Amino acid sequence: MALNQFCLVCGGTGCESRHSDAVYKNLKSAAEELGVGNQVQVVKTGCFGFCEKGPIVKILPDESFYVGVKPEDAHQIMAEHLVKGLPVEHLLHKTHGHHSGWGEYASQLYQKQVRIVLRNCGIIDPEDVQEYISRDGYAGLEKALFEMSPTEVIAEVKASGLRGRGGAGFPTGLKWENTRKTVSDQRYVICNADEGDPGAYMDRSTLEGDPHSVLEAMTIAGYAMGASQGFIYIRAEYPLAIHRLEVAMQQSREMGLLGKDILGSGFDFAIEIRLGAGAFVCGEETALMQSIEGNRGMPQPKPPYPSESGLWGKPTAINNVETLANIPVILLKGSAWFASIGTPTSKGTKVFALTGKINNSGLVEVPMGTTLREIVYDIGGGIRGGKAFKAVQSGGPSGGVLPAQFLDTPIDYESLTKVGSMMGSGGLIVLDEDDCIVDVVKFYLDFSVEESCGKCAPCRIGGRKLLNLLTKITKGKGTRADIETMRQIGFAMQRASLCMLGGTTPNPILSTLKYFENEYLEHIDHQHCPAGKCKDLITYSVLASKCIGCTVCARKCPVNCISGERKSAHFIDPAKCIKCGACYEACKFEAILVS
Amino acid sequence: MVTIQFNGKTSVVPEGISVLKAGTMTGTKIPSLCAHPDLKAWGACGICVVKIEGSPKMVRACTTTVVEGQNYLTHDPDLVETRRTVLEMILSNHPNECLTCARNGCCELQTLSAEFGIRDVPFDTDVKLLASDLSNPSVQLHPSKCIACGRCVIVCQDLQDVWALEFLGRGDQTRMAPAGDVTLAESPCIKCGQCAAHCPVGAITEVDETRKVWNYLRQNDKHVVVQIAPAVRVALGEEFGLEPGTIVTGKIYAALRRLGFAKVFDTNLSADLTVMEEASEFLQRLTTGGTLPLITSCCPSWVDYLEKYYAEMIPHFSTAKSPMMMMGSLIKTFYAEKSGFGAKDILSVAIMPCTAKKYEIQRSHDMSSSGMPDVDCSLTTRELARMIKQAGIDFKNLPEELADNPLGDYTGAGTIFGATGGVMEAALRTAYFLVSGKNLGKFEIEAARGMEGVKVAKVKIPTDGLGAPGKELELRFAVAHGMANVRDVMNQVKAAENAGEEPPYHFIEVMACRGGCISGGGQPYGSTDEVRAKRIAGMYKDDASNALRCSHENPSVQALYRDYLGQPLSAKSHQLLHTHYQPRPLYVR
Repeated sequence: MALNQFCLVCGGTGCESRHSDAVYKNLKSAAEELGVGNQVQVVKTGCFGFCEKGPIVKILPDESFYVGVKPEDAHQIMAEHLVKGLPVEHLLHKTHGHHSGWGEYASQLYQKQVRIVLRNCGIIDPEDVQEYISRDGYAGLEKALFEMSPTEVIAEVKASGLRGRGGAGFPTGLKWENTRKTVSDQRYVICNADEGDPGAYMDRSTLEGDPHSVLEAMTIAGYAMGASQGFIYIRAEYPLAIHRLEVAMQQSREMGLLGKDILGSGFDFAIEIRLGAGAFVCGEETALMQSIEGNRGMPQPKPPYPSESGLWGKPTAINNVETLANIPVILLKGSAWFASIGTPTSKGTKVFALTGKINNSGLVEVPMGTTLREIVYDIGGGIRGGKAFKAVQSGGPSGGVLPAQFLDTPIDYESLTKVGSMMGSGGLIVLDEDDCIVDVVKFYLDFSVEESCGKCAPCRIGGRKLLNLLTKITKGKGTRADIETMRQIGFAMQRASLCMLGGTTPNPILSTLKYFENEYLEHIDHQHCPAGKCKDLITYSVLASKCIGCTVCARKCPVNCISGERKSAHFIDPAKCIKCGACYEACKFEAILVS
Repeated sequence: MVTIQFNGKTSVVPEGISVLKAGTMTGTKIPSLCAHPDLKAWGACGICVVKIEGSPKMVRACTTTVVEGQNYLTHDPDLVETRRTVLEMILSNHPNECLTCARNGCCELQTLSAEFGIRDVPFDTDVKLLASDLSNPSVQLHPSKCIACGRCVIVCQDLQDVWALEFLGRGDQTRMAPAGDVTLAESPCIKCGQCAAHCPVGAITEVDETRKVWNYLRQNDKHVVVQIAPAVRVALGEEFGLEPGTIVTGKIYAALRRLGFAKVFDTNLSADLTVMEEASEFLQRLTTGGTLPLITSCCPSWVDYLEKYYAEMIPHFSTAKSPMMMMGSLIKTFYAEKSGFGAKDILSVAIMPCTAKKYEIQRSHDMSSSGMPDVDCSLTTRELARMIKQAGIDFKNLPEELADNPLGDYTGAGTIFGATGGVMEAALRTAYFLVSGKNLGKFEIEAARGMEGVKVAKVKIPTDGLGAPGKELELRFAVAHGMANVRDVMNQVKAAENAGEEPPYHFIEVMACRGGCISGGGQPYGSTDEVRAKRIAGMYKDDASNALRCSHENPSVQALYRDYLGQPLSAKSHQLLHTHYQPRPLYVR
């Protein structure tokens, strides 16, 4: 019988949505039933980052990595692996069809990752402050409070080179310093957890997996800036993160790590949670503060910057979740250590939500300066189904689309901006040959137009015009003049929008016009979508030579537009076809032709 | 002061102002659309972008504060391109209805596109077809014409503290409407019309009743009489190219006669009457331990606001009607009897600087003290200008005429009703006389004048007139204008009341609009503090040039009391010249 083993079950939102909570409960009851309750500790942790393959169960100390675990598998894992020491082969993670190896935790996804922000995610129980403390939690705060003056804390953060991970990359230490410098009776620290980019979830995972790191960081920030009140602005769609924050705050207060006279230092710091109602623009700092104040979330002119006049007119520092999660480590390990990671202008790591046509989707944390190629091929395991890489979209709706020629671009703030994209909050979506650039861009424009607050004319009107033009092009009704009109609108929007949401809305268009103009022209000149994505430009038909008359397509068709006798070639009625692609997906004989 | 440059040319401007304002001050034109000198910078339109030398970025001149040493570039090809594109975008969502729009010829968007020489709009048009809100007697919303500049919302919330208007929807569905998407009539709107006065386009307008009045004038069996308010005389000239503040009283009388009004009366006379009633009411309360402070009630928006937001203060309100309504009831009683025209044959029209007056004439049945509406229709200054233009009258070259008796004479006290502090000053002139038995040595009460949002002062009055020679009465008064400024004053009064203390003031004057009626919601477009100052100067000039400066000296008013009303606060006065108030809900459903 094995002794002192740990069974870590992912309790992130992704895995919980696939019943990891039942897996956790079943593992616990199986341990009791099998009489190993005293030897095996079952722990519900935060996100492992490998969300696509969840629910995840990891066994320590041998680092076996089980994926896709169902509640009914729990008993087998407990009985075979933890009691008898035998691996449950069919649940072990495989890479390219091979086992990642018994007793070996070398998943491709995790290689080349350096985990600072996500240091505790997937390792500790986020609802137990003791586990956080056991991994040096609150040691950074202790050091700040008892060994450093507030200005020394700021100097340390400045020296680390940490820059804002919310997108714009403003130096964090400088932001703190400016806030501290503004004379006021009250200052505020705000944690911006209003994560909103489509597909991005690094802040949610951090808060779900390691809420104390953010609380500790905010308290350090409060100490450094002379603020006694902090707010966490988090979207209401993150109920698990909110719950874990509330649990963590309660525990911290009970332990004297938050509230009055923290650790007996005489320093007071309180944190309150404010829920956002789901407007993307409320992630913009001035709109966020409006929302906290109870007003309609609309960006305000800057200057004055929040560090001069922020929440309720008081100096305020607003930092994103990921930025804050770095702080305790920087204080503990020192700025020199942190600054040794990354590139000359971008220090530390960056967490990306890696998605799209890639083998390994998930949350990855890599040192700044890692190339796109390393992320896509080494960590991501290359393009799914052996298809050809086409481009990578970074920076979400504010970012751009980069073709293969930029695969060796090192990821840092300046390099990405230079090639027409941006760091953004960390979405990375990999596109393959089946993706239509115009269609992808239209998706982002649709999002930005939907989320425009409507305050300033360039964003309110320009975004809609751009979307209309894109729609026209995907319908094969565009003209070459439309491309110039899009450039004209984009030029004005970038310069005359009030906030960065509007200012970056045209980025996906302008960056793809730079690298993929031919694909636009193909839609315009030949009414042809090379990737076969734009519904108005494609037709579905049956290749009679390949069709065996199995009737699967006809049964899948939601509008019953496929006819034909059993065992003879079928026919698609183009007048009725809604181009949903269900037949194409269903056919096993490559008999559906998209043209 | 800071030293800056515009396009390389050095200027010295005050610290802390915006680049846009610095441009205006130094004669550097920066095109703008949503910015308004009355309002906080909102930064919505994106037209006023400029560059700061050394940075490729564009910044909004309206929201950027001048910084010592910076050189602001106000035009280069990129700036022109950006501004033009933004303007074209705005135009692409704006209906092409200029010819039939209320703002034709005085539209800021129209002017801007003329300046930019826009010939065609390269974008697809997307005009939102939204129904107009015609529920309110004073102002109408035409959301299809809205360019979402935000001025109306900021005026309604920041300047007026009414919060009737809010941004609804988001993205390109954003529109300005009462919160909760109720109609304006169901909202807390106080009808001040400041939204209409600040709207750069025709999206919010006064209710135009010119046709109704033309139809009055076409009825041969009706005797149509008209009165004009104090503030109209210093502003109407602007519509005909005259400087703000030019006094055109005589020309207005002449124009009204040429339009076909049978008699032209002057609301200034009934302002004198209001002073007599209000000053008497004040002294009565002061000497008999009545509710103090007394709060003025001439401003219908203020009446509406108090009934909605401070209903518990109703006992403080003067029961005196506004000058317009006093004139209205006298026209249909006193004048009807005297002239031999029956009240039912008289149609009474008022020319007011105010949109709320359209509401006031139907506020309660007290407004029909003659048994029928005392005022049948109230037009704004802008509507009168329209009628004069429609008639083709050469206003500037009209002769100066006089108002008609018996309701045409006025004193300087009556005229200054149109400016903030004017009611207070006029009332104090008469109160001083009533308390001390003699007139003030100097009629100008400087403490009540000026553009400070809340003006507070004390006056000492010898009490000889009250039969207590050798003693003095110290009167504390407050004057507030711009509805948002009234809150602090009301709260002071309430706090003292709750604490059982002596009230902080004896007498409070409130006018809803900044500067008073001279920049009411119905005045010619373009009110700014500069324009307000000129109009106010016109009011004081009219006062100073009048031989009579005190309401109690108005011979027509004296005659009215002698021949008809008896004395101030008499039963007849109460019947015709006073009113009641009632609490009203913010939202009506």
